[in-house]
This record gives sequence, C-alpha cells and structure tokens, in this order.
Amino acid sequence: MAQIKNRLTPFFENITFDRDDNELILNFGPQHPSSHGQLRLMLHLQQEQIVKAHPDIGYLHRGMEKMAENMIYNEFMPTTDRMDYIASSSNNYGFALSVEKLIGLEVPRRAKVIRMMLLEINRLMSHLFWLATTALDIGAMTVFLYAFREREYLMDIIEGYCGARLTHAAIRIGGVPLDIQDSFISQLKDFLDKLPANIKDYEDLLDTNRIWLMRMEEVGIVSKEMALSWGCTGPMLRASGVQWDIRKEEPYELYDEVEFNVPWSDKGDNFARYRLYMQEMRESAKILYQTIDMYQECVKNGDTKLMAHAPKYVSAPKLDIMTQNYSLMQHFVLVTQGMRPPVGEVYVATESPKGELGFFINSQGGPYPYRLKLRTPSFWHTGILTDLLPGHYIPDVVSIIGTTNIVFGEVDR
Amino acid sequence: MRAYTPKDNVQAKPYYTDRFYKSPQVAKFAPQSDEVFNADLEAIKAKFDVLDAFIQVEQLVVYINAKDNYGVLELLKDELEYTQLSEMSAIDWLADRGGFEVFYQMLSMNKRKRIRIKLFIEDGQAVNSVEKLFRSADWSEREMFDMFGIEANGHPFMKRILMPYDWQGNPLLKTYPLQGDEFAALYEVDKIYGKEAREEIGPEIRDTARVDRYDSDRFSRLGHEVPKGTEITGNEPANEQSYQEDGGVFLIKKFDKESSVIIDDPQR
Repeated sequence: MAQIKNRLTPFFENITFDRDDNELILNFGPQHPSSHGQLRLMLHLQQEQIVKAHPDIGYLHRGMEKMAENMIYNEFMPTTDRMDYIASSSNNYGFALSVEKLIGLEVPRRAKVIRMMLLEINRLMSHLFWLATTALDIGAMTVFLYAFREREYLMDIIEGYCGARLTHAAIRIGGVPLDIQDSFISQLKDFLDKLPANIKDYEDLLDTNRIWLMRMEEVGIVSKEMALSWGCTGPMLRASGVQWDIRKEEPYELYDEVEFNVPWSDKGDNFARYRLYMQEMRESAKILYQTIDMYQECVKNGDTKLMAHAPKYVSAPKLDIMTQNYSLMQHFVLVTQGMRPPVGEVYVATESPKGELGFFINSQGGPYPYRLKLRTPSFWHTGILTDLLPGHYIPDVVSIIGTTNIVFGEVDR
Repeated sequence: MRAYTPKDNVQAKPYYTDRFYKSPQVAKFAPQSDEVFNADLEAIKAKFDVLDAFIQVEQLVVYINAKDNYGVLELLKDELEYTQLSEMSAIDWLADRGGFEVFYQMLSMNKRKRIRIKLFIEDGQAVNSVEKLFRSADWSEREMFDMFGIEANGHPFMKRILMPYDWQGNPLLKTYPLQGDEFAALYEVDKIYGKEAREEIGPEIRDTARVDRYDSDRFSRLGHEVPKGTEITGNEPANEQSYQEDGGVFLIKKFDKESSVIIDDPQR
C-alpha cells in the first residue's frame, strides 16, 4: 500500500506495515556484551515474550578447516588455540590426540601426566571464566572479581609453563615440549588447597541469592530428548539427565587411573548447569591432586621422556638435534616438509570444558590433512537456542546464553 | 614421467614428494572382530545395501547408497541406540571422482560405540535431510551447504550459516583458493562503498605477509619515513632514531645501566 502523503498527520502515522500483529523483531547483537562474542540473535517478540529466535553466526569465521588443509600438522597446532580461547590447551590436546591416533603413537607416561594437569587446569580456568562472566551478566559483580582473581593464579601457572596466558600451544603431537617448571607443583598445590574455600565463597554469594535463583531456576529447561537431538554434550547434556563424560566412558590419557565423579542432574535448567560447573571444579581439583602424585611417581621412577620416539613423525629431543647429525636432518625434514601420516581417517572426541571436542581427519598420506572437520560443542549449544528461547522472556535470553557457555572462537572457527 | 597433479585443486602442495614413496595405511579390521559392531552391521545389511564396511581406529565405517541415508540413520537411532549425531559434513573428491563423500558421525551412549556412515554423491546431487531425526543436522546441513554447496532435500531453512547470505562460492571446495577468490577480494568494497568505488579502492589485499617497500604507512620503510603523499624516489634520507628526547622528559630518568640493580631472584 502506498503511503498517504498528508502533511497534517505526524510522519510516523503514515507508515503502513506488512503485518498486522504486534510482533516486534529485536536484533540482539552482534555487539552485545552478554552474548559472549559475536552472536546475533533475531528475536521475534510478543510483548516481552519470545515467539521465535533465529541465531545468526559467522562473525568470527576464520576458515580454520580451510587453513588446516593448507598447513602441515604441527603448523596447525597454534591455530587450534584460537578455537576455544578460554581453554586453549584442550583444543591443542584434541588435535594432538587425533593425529597420534592416526599415526598410532604411544605417548610417554610423564607427558601424559603433564597433559592431564594442563587439561584440568584449563577446565578450571574455563569454568571460572564461565562463572565470572555469567554472574556478571546477571549482575553479580563480586563473583566476577573473585572468579577472575582465581583464574589469574591459574594463568600465572600456565604462563610459567609455556609463556602464554591464553593461547598456550602447550602440547605437541607426540607429547609435550617441556617438563613443568620447579614452582609448578607447589603453586598448583597452593591454589588447590585454597580452591574449596573459594568455591564456597561463590556458592555463599549465589546459591541462596534471591536474584540469582529467580534468573536461574526453572529457566532455560533443556529436556533430555532435546539435548540428545541437538547434539549437546558436556555440562549441557549432563544437566539434562544423561551421565555422559568422555573422560569416564571412553577414557583417554590416564583418566582411567584417576578417581573422580561425573556430576549430573535431571533438572535441565540454568540452575542445574550452574551447580554442575561448581561440582566439576571440585572434581577437577580432585584429579589434579592425583596427577601431582602421579607426576612425583614418574620423577621417582626416572621416566624422563616427554616426547614419543617416532623418527618418521616426531623430532628428536633438542639435545640430540644439536649433537647428532641424523636427528638434525630428520628435524629439518619434519619442520620444512612436515610429517606424512598414513592414509586413513580418524574421528577422536575428547571432553573439553564445554563438551565433546572432536577432530575428524582424513589423511591422504600428504603433509597436509586432506580434510579436517572440527566438531566443536559450542556450535550445537548455539543452535539449540533456536528451540530453547521461544517461550522465554527477554531477560532470560542473557542468562540462557550465559549457561550454555558458548565461545565464539569455537562456534565460527 | 612427471606425476599428474589435478589442476582443479588449488590447495597447498607438498614442496617435495618422492614419487616412489608408498604411503602406509591406517589399519582396517573386519567388522566381525567386534561383536557389537557386527550386530549393528547385520541389522543395517538386513534392510539396506552396504557397499563396504570396516573398523578403523576403534570405529565402524559403513559405506551406503546416497538414497538410503535417512533410512539408515532412522534405523540407527530407533533400533540400534545411536541416539546422537555428533557431526556430519562432506569431503571434496571432485577432482578425483567427480563428487563428494558425506559422512555422519553417530554416537551410542548405551553401547559406548561410534559409527561413521559414509555415502558418495555426484556433483550437484542433493542428500536427504536428516533434520527430522536429529535437530543438530539443521545447522550441520546448512554448514555443509555453505561450505560445499551440497543441498539437503527437505531442510526447512537451506541458507548459508557461516558466510554471509549474499556470498558467492563455497570456501571448502578444493578449487577455492585459501586467500579467497575475486569475489571475496571485492566483497567488502562492494558492500560498504558500492560497486562504483571498485576502481578507486581496488581489491582487498589478503596476503598478510605482503610487504610493499614503498608503502610508508605500514612501517616498511622504518628509518626512512617520509610524509604521506610524498613522491618516493628510493633515496630518502635516513631519519635519526633516538630512544629518548635530548635532555630527557620531565620526571622520567634516562636509563643508566651503571646505576641500575639487577634482581637475581625472580620470586623476590
């Protein structure tokens, strides 16, 4: 319908709409502080209630799968840091493990222990970061400051190990590049001894907090069927009544030697997920204590090897490279041309802090993967917003995005 | 004779290849070697054609016909307890075989097993959408469409997901260069300034390692800077680089190595 030009009525009354309902389309993001990255949500609203949600992603798409097809395997390792940059060692690990499975490498025990330490520290860092940002979104500034303070200790430990705070690249295909520094164990122990009191602090602030409960309880309920159908993993799945943790069910590294519980809940709401994160931090601490013992056992038994011995795929230790001609030649070839894994396909899933992190590699025997597919948990946890948000109100959007724990480096890759 | 390299693959090529090098294979095992997998495979075989099946790196890989994908996944979900579709995507084999391989990565939590269903489609052929079975396929089929141009029949919203809606080309094809094609180089210019600004602005430089030695804006002529817009002759005088202004800055002491203290203990 053409607009009626009438100078007597204000201009906005001249506008005619195609649709005659009260639906308002709200554009949430892509630059919204509580969307934890570049998420754009198109929300169709009836009053304050969402009737349709349409997540739009891709604002951080860097084409990592494409990059992987043009890089040698070791070159891709620092790129994996940029996926889930809150816990980058877990990405490094997922990639390293999948290539090791493809090649059939056995990693030395000491390296395995160090890797487990790094993985669990990363899990703690990720969970603390989750708690801090989600609490901040809801308005709990104190928790944000507390949790970031604890995360800072962990980042210092990691920095001491690999020199980086966020993008660690701390794991290599075939092992780890370095032994842990002298102060690592004592610093970690100090941190772990303090952690229960810290977690209690957070819980004291949040568990019975009226605002927190109102925003969390009975909000964002994900049913078991929905979680399975949407490919949810990690805390998202465990909060919805499936006790599935890859560390427990398909153990990798030395997770079958350590004792820990897999917390789960059948509520499926925001509060259940919050409780799970808190429980998982305690379990991670439990695992870390055990890895410290395992590490000291390694020291006692004289297991000093950190990298697997596989001259076709992994460079020799630095000392050999500097002293032996053959090691130097082999190192030169591996750096300039890259390793050539056998022809075959592998899909390896690991439990990253966010859920199932999978690497699918199709190798055609070349130094570059023929196809590498990154299966990142946050991708599905963003997709589920399509079905999860309708029926909720605008303020719930923020708390739901918070508890899905999505990181956009991982969603867009 | 020189080995043939497909011209329609513009991805990075190995710098050195030994033409007599025979690449080893990742070991494949018969499905009969695992009880659970064997039972699953028999159940699939009873209803559908299975082209090939083997176990590789602890997972069963089953090749089926493209038209059976919905049926097989339905069977896996409803009867064989494979309740989750972890991942699905495609592999570009256009250069070698003229089509794509689509894979579905299935997970059974009750059996603690993973199966990979694979099928081959010709270029331009569509697959049946499995979005009705697994909601996660909603997004992964869109991603596959975005990256490879493979459509899923019966999908409710077959639009691009990671790339912009008005993008042209499918980034994960082997024919698509890593730096992007001509469309990609001009996309943002067109979008922001309009097509008429193309000549003035020029295509986007996507080679991050490119150094223009006459570009004084990018610090490439460090030590020989000239004001912007100056005609570059290549004989610019060297600019004196000094660490701090002569005479020092108010309140800031000039660094003196002799009077400084070196702290040996990092813990202090």
